[in-house]
This record gives sequence, structure tokens and C-alpha cells, in this order.
Amino acid sequence: MKRLPWWLRDLIYGAIFIAVLIGASYGMDAIHIAGIAYYQRIVVLMGINIILAVSLNIINGHAGQFSLGHAGFMAIGAYFAAFLTYFYFAPYVNRFPAGTEQWVLQNALLLVAVLLGGALAALAGYLVGLPSLRLRGDYLAIVTLGFGEIIRVVILNIDKIGAARGFTGIPNWANFFWVYLFCGITILISWRLVQSSVGRAFLAIREDEIAAEAMGVDATKYKVKAFIIGSFMAGVSGGLFAHFMMYLNPDMFRFLRSFEVVVMVVLGGLGSISGSIVAAIILTYLPEGLRLAKPFLHIEKDPRMVIYSIMLIVLMLTRPQGLLGRRELWQVLKRRKDAPKEEPDAAARN
Amino acid sequence: MPLLETKNVTIRFGGLTAVSDFNLTIEPHELVGLIGPNGAGKTTIFNMLTGVYRPNEGAIFVNGKATRNCKPYDITALGVARTFQNIRLFKELTVLDNVKIGGHIHYKYSSASAVLHTNRFHEAESIAEADAIELLRIFNLDKRAQFYARNLPYGDQRRLEIARAMAVRPKLLLLDEPAAGLNTGETMELMEKIHEIRDRFNLTILLIEHNMELVMGICERIVVLNFGKTIAHGTPEQVRSNPVVIEAYLGEPVEA
Repeated sequence: MKRLPWWLRDLIYGAIFIAVLIGASYGMDAIHIAGIAYYQRIVVLMGINIILAVSLNIINGHAGQFSLGHAGFMAIGAYFAAFLTYFYFAPYVNRFPAGTEQWVLQNALLLVAVLLGGALAALAGYLVGLPSLRLRGDYLAIVTLGFGEIIRVVILNIDKIGAARGFTGIPNWANFFWVYLFCGITILISWRLVQSSVGRAFLAIREDEIAAEAMGVDATKYKVKAFIIGSFMAGVSGGLFAHFMMYLNPDMFRFLRSFEVVVMVVLGGLGSISGSIVAAIILTYLPEGLRLAKPFLHIEKDPRMVIYSIMLIVLMLTRPQGLLGRRELWQVLKRRKDAPKEEPDAAARN
Repeated sequence: MPLLETKNVTIRFGGLTAVSDFNLTIEPHELVGLIGPNGAGKTTIFNMLTGVYRPNEGAIFVNGKATRNCKPYDITALGVARTFQNIRLFKELTVLDNVKIGGHIHYKYSSASAVLHTNRFHEAESIAEADAIELLRIFNLDKRAQFYARNLPYGDQRRLEIARAMAVRPKLLLLDEPAAGLNTGETMELMEKIHEIRDRFNLTILLIEHNMELVMGICERIVVLNFGKTIAHGTPEQVRSNPVVIEAYLGEPVEA
């Protein structure tokens, strides 16, 4: 069978995906049940967390560079996109009367703001990626951790974007459609990269850097590449977050935020894209869903964060390799014939 | 022009001179052995040849090009591939992917091509797949292409390392104790394999080995190292009967 030209095939898949998304967002808008807005909100936040987890998975899971600065990249994207929209794009859009023209302009400018936010985050990723030429493991983790805090403190001191008061008045331009569009793009990029020579280079560096270099892989180049791609997507998710929440505060991007994303990646299984997605969905819903547990427990205080922590501990004790290990969801479910063979005793032997 | 030439290569780690004044010239298609007691500096020489260490003094030329400022991946691009003494496979990847990574420098396309799945991507990937399967077949590993590398038996892991190095399409292959841990039968098989690939791919091979049967059996020329110094150099027969070599391995003769 002759293959369709690559651009035509991707265009068709892209169109189908966008059509489904539009259908889903109309569907969601059409539901009018009391309290549904709360769940719709959770679904959108899930999408944002999926972008974060999948992008961090490229850096941590595929390239094996332990980064704790993902909230920093997200903050850069969020603040820069919000800055552009608030000071330049929104005043411009508001000059137009409400209607199709304004709607098109608004969405186009959202796209521009979010992509530029991602680009600035990618630049930061490049700069943070540079020390990763020399640092490994724990040391790199500390550098990226410090980086995230620096970003937060810098933002905290810029009065124009709200400093400690927070950045208010960001227009509500992002919605289900945009978040899941970028979600799809992030997953696609991540998946296709890992199937390519670029992804194989990432994995080789993770497995054994010396051997990778002996095979002609420029480890530095690929590590920086992983940082750039991962931080770009984190920046994009930040931009979407800003235009969805309509409010930003430096406290949203504390170390704890980075840590939440790391937990998603590790819990899903380092290196497993579908694992990151599943973990992002579960960990976004869990703190909310556990509110339902309170009436059954007959205690005054809300125990949901305690239960949440206990569940994490139990999960990590029972499945230290993460929910899916290094495999993808369908490999675990189907155990396809061509899936990598596993001997249960092999891990113990090495 | 010699394929590999080292001139007075010396490296010191702190106060220890690991290798001093190492001179070696290898012509294309030669099969040279590097032997010596433990700690003689053999693997250190490999690490200098492949750019992992930088010599303090002296110069290394690959195909006439000085490699002083080359990173390991630059030297790989010059056509030098190696295996490791303590197997360094990509354990959590499949056997097939291990070999594909060996061919990394030959399957070039941009990240954008990879994401968009352009024709360039499909062409390069199908060549990568075909090349890798071909190599696995030569090393009788094709049936285990989908195994994780860490799940292979030890002998297969050794052979996979050579297959991965061959995917670089090297002119010069450096084998660091390829027979370590193999039994006699496997060692004999490996000897034949080394001969086979040398003729088939017109390779030049430099190998470190403790198994004298293998070294004496296949090498045309042998360099003997002790405490970082070259103590003997010649054909297997010359080396075997050299009193200095015997002393290095067995100690001084006891006076009656």
C-alpha cells in the first residue's frame, strides 16, 4: 500500500482531532447540571497537568536528567503570556466590537501569547540545560531546584506583573479546546520523538552516557535539546493556565508545584508517556475526589491530604517502578507479541 | 598512511603515570593484540584512543587526523568504535534499539522530521531497521531482537556489544576483553566471528585480551604492556619467547 504524503496524512488526523475537540467542548457547554462547572474545571486542569507531566517525562524519563525546576519554566510561560495579553493583546482586541472578528483575533492572539511564553521558557531551558553538561543526578536536581526558586523570587519583585499581590485581570481566553489541543500536540511530539533517532539518543544517554558518546551521540547536545523541548511545553502549559485561571501568583509556582509534576512522572513510570498521562489524571482528581470521603469518616477535619499522601506511599511501596514501569499502557494491557520480553528473575540477577 | 598512530602518548593521574611514551602504528586491515598484567594501562590506552581521557603528552592520529581536541563522539565519527571491558549496554532498551543507537551517526534527520514523520524519517528509519537486523543476524542475535538487553545471557551481551560497535560502521574496532567470562567453546566461536567480520567489513582491529589462546591464535602483532610501559612488541612467537614478557607474567626466575 502506498503511503499518503506525510503532510496530507497528518493534516487529516489533525482535522479529525480538532473536530472531536470542538464537538467535546460544545458537548461540555451544553450540559447544564448544578455543579458541573466544578468538574469541567477539574478536567481542564487535568489537561494542563498532562502537558506538564508529559513534558517533564521527556527530561526526566527519557533523557534521564533529573529536573526539579518544572514550575519555574511553567511560571515563565505563564507570566510572559499573561504579560503580553494583558498589556498588548487584550487592549487591542477590545477595540473591536464583539463578534466574529473579535473572536478570531482573540484566539489567534492567545495562540501567539502562549507560543511566545513557551519560547521564552525554552530559552530558559536552554540556559539551565547548559550546566547539565557537567552536572549529574542529585547535583543537577539542586541546580534546577535553585533555578525554579530564582524565577519565583524574580517575579515576586517585578511590580509591573503584580509582584506578591499576584497578576489579576488576565482575560479568560483559554478553554477546554485550547488546553486539549496542546495536550494532543505535546503527546504527539513526545511519542514521535521517542520513536525516532532523537528519542533513542535520549534513552541511550539515560542508560549509559559513556557508551552513548562512544556510539557517536553528542550527549550535551541531546540533553540541552531535551531541556528545550520539555521547558517549551511547560511554558505553553503555563500560558494556558494563566488564561484559564485569570489570575497568577508567585506562590502557585513554588517548589511544591515542581514536585507534584515529578510525582506524576515517577508514579506513572519514568519514561512511560501513557504512564505520565494516567498519573496526571489520577493525581489531579484525587485531592478533589477525596473530598467525598469526608462524610464517611465522621471526623471534623478534612483528611483528604492525609489520605492522598498515604495513597502515594502505598503506591510507591507496592509499585516502585511506577504504575506502568517503563512500558506504555497498551503494552501492559495487551502484552503484545512484539513487546519486549521480560524474565521476572532477570532484574534480581543484575 | 597508517590508520592509527600514537606518538609518545603519556597520561598521569596525580602522581601515577598510568601510561608513558606509548607508540603504536596500525596499518589498515591489521589485527593487533594489546596484552599485559592487570593494571598495566591497557584500558587507559583505549580510553585515550576514544577520547574519554586526554593524554598529558603525545599525540594520537586517526587516519592522519590529530584527535587532541576531539570529543568521544567526534572520534566515533572518524570511524573508531569500541566495546567495553565491563559491558556497557543500554540495558533497559531492546537488543534492536541498542544496535540502532550504534548507527546513530548514519541516520540523520531533524527533530522536526521525526515529529512530522516526513519521508526522510521513514527512509532513514527503514534503513536503520534493516542494518540493525542484518548485524544481529551476523551475530546470531536476530531471534532475540525484541529482548531487553539486560535479559540476555552473558555471552549474548558480549556479542551484542560487538554488534552495536559494528553498527558505527567503523574502520577501526577496539575490543576490550571480548572473551572475558566466556567459556572455551564460546571463545573459539568468538575468534571465528572476529575473523569473519574483519574480512567481511575490511576492518582493522585492536584488541585487549587476557585469554592467551585467543590472542596468540588470531593476532598478527602483539604489544605487551607492563606498568604503563611497552615492554615487548612483535609477532606472537617473538612475544611468547621474550624473557621480559615471561618475567612480567610469571615473575623473575628463581636462582638455583
